[in-house]
Amino acid sequence: MILMLAVSVAAALGAPARYLLDKAIVGRRASVLPTGTMAINVTGAFVLGLLTGLALHDGMPKNVVTIAGTGFCGAYTTFSTFSHDTMRLVEDGSIIEASWNVAISLAAGMAAAAAGLGLALMV
Amino acid sequence: MVSSTDSHPGRVLAAIAVGGALGGPARYGLGLAFPTAPHTFPATTFAINVSGSFLLALLVVLILEVWPPTTYVRPFLCVGFLGAYTTFSTWMVDTDRLISAGAWGTAAANLVLSLVAGLGATALGLSVGQGIVTRRSSREGVSAEAGAESETIGGRR
Repeated sequence: MILMLAVSVAAALGAPARYLLDKAIVGRRASVLPTGTMAINVTGAFVLGLLTGLALHDGMPKNVVTIAGTGFCGAYTTFSTFSHDTMRLVEDGSIIEASWNVAISLAAGMAAAAAGLGLALMV
Repeated sequence: MVSSTDSHPGRVLAAIAVGGALGGPARYGLGLAFPTAPHTFPATTFAINVSGSFLLALLVVLILEVWPPTTYVRPFLCVGFLGAYTTFSTWMVDTDRLISAGAWGTAAANLVLSLVAGLGATALGLSVGQGIVTRRSSREGVSAEAGAESETIGGRR
């Protein structure tokens, strides 16, 4: 129950962090691609990879992954907006941009998560 | 609506935080209720992400085209709750861990099925929303016609 509450608090920080960072990135430069959500999802994947790796290999308490990983990183990153942005590009006829959004998000997201997991092995 | 959002940035952030405070634990709770074994298909995260994508698409149509304009519903439900309920980072880390465990097929399935089902659920949500918009406008059209007809009848009388 305490853990559930801690996850809630962490998620209550992660969601506004996503909103503020997205506004800062999108406001800075005009782009058809949702660069804000991209950057958020990739950085969040790196941090969750690192936290998961630290818990797996370096004896970091599991509760830290639950709160900072499941709570914060889970709420900071988002799948629904990624899908919605991609579908909106498809409906606008911007098939190439939609493909880039998927390709960059997935390639960079998987590489970032792997980098986080790998970094934990070196600590 | 945009100007009122800008004039209350603190309240919008608070609506997002409250939505996140509910969406994050909802995802965590579902993970506890339906745990998936390591190195197997992460079905719970998959279901969360796909259902969240459907709801986001449906809600965006309802908020923009059906419901009366509001300032905090979209930040609360879409950015806060559904943004925190669905997750991208777990999708990536799960896929990487499946690869490092040698479960290539499961990793590929997780990557491709989540992507395709997420986009499909979004398209479904958008079309269900558009269906509601169309039914509403045709109903309004019918009642307007009915009103015009009764006026004509009243005129004849």
